[in-house]
Amino acid sequence: MNSVAAPALGKDLLALEDLSPVQITSILDTAEPFKEISERRIKKVPVLRGKTIVNAFFENSTRTRISFEFAEKRLSADTVNISSTGSSVLKGETLVDTARNLEAMRIDMVVMRHGASGAAQFLAERIASSVINAGDGKHEHPTQGLLDLLTIRDHMGRIDGVRVCIVGDVLHSRVARSNIWGLRKLGAEVAVCGPRTLLPRDVETLDVRVFTRIEAAIEWADVLNVLRLQMERMTGGLVPSSREYNRVFGVTQARLNRAPRDVLVLHPGPMNRGVEIDSDVADGPHAVILHQVTNGVAVRMAVLYLLAGGAPELAEAAKRGADA
Amino acid sequence: MRPLVIRGGRMIDPTQRVDARVDLLLVDGRVAEMGQDLAAPDEAEMLDVSGCVVAPGLIDVHVHLREPGFEHKETIASGARAAAAGGFTAVVAMPNTDPPIDNPAAVGFVRAAGERAGFARVYPAGTITVGQAGERISEIGELVGAGAVTVTDDGRPVVNSGLMRSALEYCQTFDLPVSVHAEDLHLSRGGSMNEGVVSTRLGLTGIPNAAEDTMIARDLLLAELTGGRLHIQHVSTRRGVEMIRAAKERGVRVTAEATPHHLALTDVAVESYRTDAKMNPPLRGEADRDAVREGVRDGTLDVIATDHAPHHYDEKEQAFEDAPFGIVGLETALGVVLSELVHTGMLDLPTLVQRMSCGPARALGLPGGTLAPGAPADVTVFDPEQTWKVDPTRFTSLSRNTPFRGRRLRGRALRTIVGGRTVWQREAP
Repeated sequence: MNSVAAPALGKDLLALEDLSPVQITSILDTAEPFKEISERRIKKVPVLRGKTIVNAFFENSTRTRISFEFAEKRLSADTVNISSTGSSVLKGETLVDTARNLEAMRIDMVVMRHGASGAAQFLAERIASSVINAGDGKHEHPTQGLLDLLTIRDHMGRIDGVRVCIVGDVLHSRVARSNIWGLRKLGAEVAVCGPRTLLPRDVETLDVRVFTRIEAAIEWADVLNVLRLQMERMTGGLVPSSREYNRVFGVTQARLNRAPRDVLVLHPGPMNRGVEIDSDVADGPHAVILHQVTNGVAVRMAVLYLLAGGAPELAEAAKRGADA
Repeated sequence: MRPLVIRGGRMIDPTQRVDARVDLLLVDGRVAEMGQDLAAPDEAEMLDVSGCVVAPGLIDVHVHLREPGFEHKETIASGARAAAAGGFTAVVAMPNTDPPIDNPAAVGFVRAAGERAGFARVYPAGTITVGQAGERISEIGELVGAGAVTVTDDGRPVVNSGLMRSALEYCQTFDLPVSVHAEDLHLSRGGSMNEGVVSTRLGLTGIPNAAEDTMIARDLLLAELTGGRLHIQHVSTRRGVEMIRAAKERGVRVTAEATPHHLALTDVAVESYRTDAKMNPPLRGEADRDAVREGVRDGTLDVIATDHAPHHYDEKEQAFEDAPFGIVGLETALGVVLSELVHTGMLDLPTLVQRMSCGPARALGLPGGTLAPGAPADVTVFDPEQTWKVDPTRFTSLSRNTPFRGRRLRGRALRTIVGGRTVWQREAP
């Protein structure tokens, strides 16, 4: 794919911390025309025809992997999936050897989920193919951050000036970090809320407000992005029990009812109903959780398209079948 | 061996309060004489070192030579040679090998392998507990008899405070210092770098200062309780320095180390997940680095030691959390300390010699650390001005894991003399 304009992204998408506000906005704008493809009867366009993409998921993931796969297939890329079970990673092959083997097969892109923070950058520094970070440890999950931004923009009409509070296990969350960078770069006010055991040290220095009470966070926020509480946090002694967590930090309808304004509720999934979010909220009018999932496919199409060298302004034409 | 006259250099020997142009005569492995314009015996070899510093041999009390068990990272011979190349005439080899140095035969093996190599002197450290398991005290008397100069479970702190107390008490029979790696493993669990804003941004689990500080506090209290000799390894925190300073004022028998990397770098060096900046204790924040510098300056920290921890390149070629802790230091230590502390005006040359030679000798009761007549003829000749660029591919060590790769340093060793014999000299550039 050749484009006249300067490429909107570099070789890789590793972290929203690395991107400029213009680049982030460009991805979101590029996602707009791609949304429509998924609404068609025949959900396929030839944008990435002839490109080979490896989805390397060294950590369990269902929705992110499927979302990427749909995005790739709807753009006509050839895809191969590697998962940790049955892959050579378990046989003791190092990440660097895996990288070199993928490279030797002359692929165009790797979408990687890995349990170690920095793994995506590690791979990107060692192979010429584009690397898309689909979540690296506790570091970043940039496409999740982008789809959250797109969803907030869809519903609020803007991101600049919107107050977003990320609720829950920020310490262990790559979603939280990508959200913080993306939201801050586009001018949102960002807060985090959770027990201090689940908030990272010095998080305030990222220009983020800290709420230790969910009631105060809800009173302040326009948007709540509610994180999943991993069950291992209880065994690790960071939270006494899921029951107490729900009592103190759960996003419940009763709490939302006391909010001074309508609050938009996001959740990256999978949800623990009755723990970090109550069912009546998840299924209620505030929640845009399924909209996030739909947007996820469009955002990932946009990222794939841009990394393959597509120009943002040509996305509409590319979608119609023109070779951009 | 012919007598050797080293002339024309600036001799710095804090033990004799000498910092002047003084010549040195070495005969039969000992310092025979020092003075201005020494009359040399006829058969003596003459060595002109004008422009250079002549110091009592540098001593590194904290190195991992990896043998037995990890010879792909380093061997006693390669490590002792790397030490000589860095200007060190003696090193203390840590006992966390496989098997660990927890019995007299193992101590003897390390000592003999060091002697056979014939570069820097290699003094073995033994373990505090059998197998470094933290359960039963090693036969420390036997270890001392075989040549151990300290005991330590380096890398694996003694969790049981009662056992630590016993070790500090038991070692008094032998006037042996107990060396400790201060770390509360429950506080550091899962951590791979300093806890702070950088770890938050990188999404890496942090190791808080308190993990080190709580153990320093405990061990200082136990040293005070028992009257035993305590040596605290690689102090990296501000509170650690403060507590050691206060303990010394109370008369607690404690000595302590700082590493060149904790003096030179902060956790910002970890950015981009650089595994060559991963070590334990981790690189800390600026306030900590400054406090460690001040500790070295005022003598709270008696010793600069490298914690030379070689790893094979493919062990470091991993995601950050998966890579092992540790960096090499023997061949960059002198240049880093000169560049970062001396040429910046923070430390004068006699104090550098004190911290890298006399201080280490005194802390662990080793021979050397002085050029007084009769002392072992262990001498380091270094050029404090020569600039060079760190190129790990030219290291003598088997490993290359250094965060100083590519850095321009000012000052390096030119000749290392052990027992009157030149064991290493830099080729003319």
